[in-house]
Amino acid sequence: MGKVVVVTSGKGGVGKTTSTAALGAALAQKKEKVVVVDFDVGLRNLDLVMGAERRVVYDLVNVIQGDAKLPQALIRDKRLDTLFLLPASQTRDKDNLTPEGVEWVIGELKKHFDWVICDSPAGIERGATLAMRHADVAVVVTNPEVSSVRDSDRIIGLLDSKTLKAERGERMEKHLLLTRYDAARAERGDMLKVEDVLEILSIPLIGIIPESMDVLRASNVGAPVTLADAKSAPAMAYFEAARRLCGEDLPVVVPGEKRGIFSKIFGRAA
Amino acid sequence: MTKVLTDSRSIRIKGRSFLAVVLSPEQPLDQWLERLDDLAARSAGFFLSRPVVLDVAELKLDKAGLKSLLAELVSRNVAIMGIEGARPSMIEPGMPPALKGGKAASDIEVEPVSLATTVEVSEEPAKAPVTEIRSVVQSLMISEPVRSGQSVIFPEGDVTIVGSVASGAEVIAGGSIHIYGALRGRAMAGSLGNASARIFCKKLEAELLAIDGVYKVAEDIDPKLRGQAVQLWLENDTIKADKLN
Repeated sequence: MGKVVVVTSGKGGVGKTTSTAALGAALAQKKEKVVVVDFDVGLRNLDLVMGAERRVVYDLVNVIQGDAKLPQALIRDKRLDTLFLLPASQTRDKDNLTPEGVEWVIGELKKHFDWVICDSPAGIERGATLAMRHADVAVVVTNPEVSSVRDSDRIIGLLDSKTLKAERGERMEKHLLLTRYDAARAERGDMLKVEDVLEILSIPLIGIIPESMDVLRASNVGAPVTLADAKSAPAMAYFEAARRLCGEDLPVVVPGEKRGIFSKIFGRAA
Repeated sequence: MTKVLTDSRSIRIKGRSFLAVVLSPEQPLDQWLERLDDLAARSAGFFLSRPVVLDVAELKLDKAGLKSLLAELVSRNVAIMGIEGARPSMIEPGMPPALKGGKAASDIEVEPVSLATTVEVSEEPAKAPVTEIRSVVQSLMISEPVRSGQSVIFPEGDVTIVGSVASGAEVIAGGSIHIYGALRGRAMAGSLGNASARIFCKKLEAELLAIDGVYKVAEDIDPKLRGQAVQLWLENDTIKADKLN
């Protein structure tokens, strides 16, 4: 049985879809069988980031409504043969996602994949709650700024109350993925520091993704950043996060904290 | 004629919960009333000046039956403040209002206040009659952070939180609030009118603080206290705060 991961945040635009694609591709490069599932019905983006937008025929809603079989809707990645995408519908209403339908789809995917990564829509409405409902593990994507942190906190509360795991009295495993981290701005106090975010959210850190043009560049060419430029700083951070997700115990390094004494002096002076 | 409102003071409306005695009559009613008379005879004035709620959910009474039951109780000086479990159509004007959503508390033991027919002499001091009505739980313990959007509401007593209260979360307690972590959300102590309730926290970054209906928003909090371990209490209807230790 595979593991179901929900990538969620509450707030929009913090990097859920980017992180879903990057983590999915990173795990698939470890020869794990991975499917990334887009739950953002009506505003789907995961197909674009995965570079599969021109290959979408059937989607999650089609499968739930019985218009298509699950294997028909799954799109295999052209670069990694263990990576699959189950796209969301762009035209249907999100009310077409039924709890029973989602339960069935997740149950089927779990049988055939090592990892089922659900890309949650923003917000705390139906799409988001259904995306998290069957998860075993949650990756909470947060930007180092107050509104994102508060929304993440809200989502953590929902993960602890509205998921099947929580209702069975079990503890949901939750990880914090801090994205768009800019060391220089954090130093200047324009951004929350890593320790502040950790103190507020009090869940373990799975990775810090530095703010980088490489992420945008990868999205624009339709490739997860871990595939487009595996040597870039954000890709390396995602690879490490994926290893931690698999249970490896790696220390998290805060970007910019390994600077030498000269850069520190110059950094202060600037 | 237009009425000119010269007084801009608003009326203070508060919620408050009281512990009421609930009477649940059983069929046949005449026998139950007899037992009630017996109780009243043993414990004179038990119902005197006590709020009583009449629970008729199990009785299957009609309107006339309810009316006569009420009359029987009134004749025994039982002051009914509300009726639970009756259909709305059964309540007519002049009757006590319908109540719902009551929370169960422990049963009340009726201590027979007998006229000292047998005086027991023992070494132990005489057991004082149980006058205090204890609810089942009087403190609430939460050992994880209270997240944004969550509210902890505990009118029965004190709330202790081992963890932080996030921005956008709230804790409402009938008694005091103890937070072993940062308080970033709202804390309202003494919510049922307990002016001696206090708020304690390890790190004060609250959005709003209230004790017994008197409140302070973040702006009114002394900046020197921000981020400090603080206790807050009520003195002459104003919230006082001081650093702990």
